[in-house]
Amino acid sequence: MTTPLLEVENLRVSFPTHSGRVEVVKGLSFTLGRERLGIVGESGSGKSMTGRSILKLIRKPGEVTADKLSFDGIDILAQSEKQMRSIRGARISMVMQDPKFSLNPVMTVGAQIAEALVTHQKLPRRDVQARVLEMLRAVRINDPQRVATLYPHEVSGGMGQRIMIAMMLIPEPELLIADEPTSALDVSVQAQVLDIIDDLVTRKGMGLILISHDLALVSRYCDRVLVMNSGRVVEECAAGELDKAQHPYTRGLLAAMPVIDEIRDELPVLDRTQWAGT
Amino acid sequence: MIAIDLKNLDISYGDTKVVHDVTLSIPEGESFALVGESGSGKSTILRAIAGLAPDWTGEISVLGQPRSHRIDRAVSRQVQMVFQDPYGSLHPRKTIDAALTEPLAIHGIGNRGERVDAVLRSVGLDQRFRFRFPHQLSGGQRQRVAIARALMLEPKVLLLDEPTSALDVSVQAEILNLLKRLRREQNLTYLMVTHNLPVVSFLCDRLAVMRHGRIVEVADVAQLKAGQLNEPYSMELLAATEGG
Repeated sequence: MTTPLLEVENLRVSFPTHSGRVEVVKGLSFTLGRERLGIVGESGSGKSMTGRSILKLIRKPGEVTADKLSFDGIDILAQSEKQMRSIRGARISMVMQDPKFSLNPVMTVGAQIAEALVTHQKLPRRDVQARVLEMLRAVRINDPQRVATLYPHEVSGGMGQRIMIAMMLIPEPELLIADEPTSALDVSVQAQVLDIIDDLVTRKGMGLILISHDLALVSRYCDRVLVMNSGRVVEECAAGELDKAQHPYTRGLLAAMPVIDEIRDELPVLDRTQWAGT
Repeated sequence: MIAIDLKNLDISYGDTKVVHDVTLSIPEGESFALVGESGSGKSTILRAIAGLAPDWTGEISVLGQPRSHRIDRAVSRQVQMVFQDPYGSLHPRKTIDAALTEPLAIHGIGNRGERVDAVLRSVGLDQRFRFRFPHQLSGGQRQRVAIARALMLEPKVLLLDEPTSALDVSVQAEILNLLKRLRREQNLTYLMVTHNLPVVSFLCDRLAVMRHGRIVEVADVAQLKAGQLNEPYSMELLAATEGG
């Protein structure tokens, strides 16, 4: 067994409110090797906050504490902002939800991807250009030369998301965090985008954390799944065995989803009083 | 009776024609789905029926009455629309009560207090939500309010534009159950736009697959459940749902 890529122990994230601090992540622990981990939960379950705290992206007055939060032996919480900059992007990168809001509207696609690369590596300009085109090809964009000169508003949502993936993967990080990478996309495009992520992650041997509210999707693309509810992990299981999940919350989520050959007259609804929620 | 009848409908936004030659007829009481990828023109058809996309040619009739190109009070009594994003479709500075009373005021209907009361009950919202603002409600509650608003005028037809795609699966289940119950209780006709085929399977009787502004195929939900759609593009959509 090699040392895990990421170790998280007793992670807590809290925000102040009028009635004291509210914890949105309450003592989360997991380790991640070079594998694909899915984090599933409803809105407000703290799954995105977990992803953000790994990159130290929680701004004040939010507060992150953990007994251990280490990436490849580096203690993330002890790093200065300057040191974090050499980790963010270069070693851990994050794909956000909506390409419309996450790409720079006044820079061409090619320039943005190149920027992600030259921030972390010194390369001759010709090589940069070649790498950008190669990366665009890797995310299955057919005519990279043309697309590289376009602005974000000139591309479709699915293409925008692929561009963002290209940007995130070009510095060849060791860990990719994908926070709802496809929820802004059509079903037909969703599969394509996830296949690309999956392909690149497997080929380069990266670690992947896929954050989503879609159980079916996560079980298809991950090795292991954490199910979160109000800041805690309620269940952890191998993705293939999700249908054998034990916890009532997980079972409730699974049952609430309509299926293609639906015969139920009514969908079962979660009884929220059952789990320590509000 | 035919609830919605579309004949050779073309719809444009400015110089761009978005929907080409759509002919469709939906009998009263049916729940009909339009599916397809973004940009295929499915929402535009709803907008044209609701009067929000006035640049169309062809024929639109609602419950036997041809629709004019303008905002039409008689039509809005019969046809109401529920939008995708519950966060964007309620006025942030109006209470739920004000939002629900407005359609009654516009149409000069009295007895407003009781009507609001009744509609809130039918969408499963407690009376204490009545004088709250949208930001005090969760996404699922807001979508209930949006549905309540659409039901205020006691319409016969509801146009549903991706009513659950902005919601979590568990909340989606609640809203789908609600829509199913309302349809049974009030004998509504649904025309729903979605790209989620399992939702179609749960809520609808028939579906039309759209691509590039045209209807590719009209099929029965039984065909969808059995995975027996005729057109290759429809099968592609189905495969994307199941396998990807």
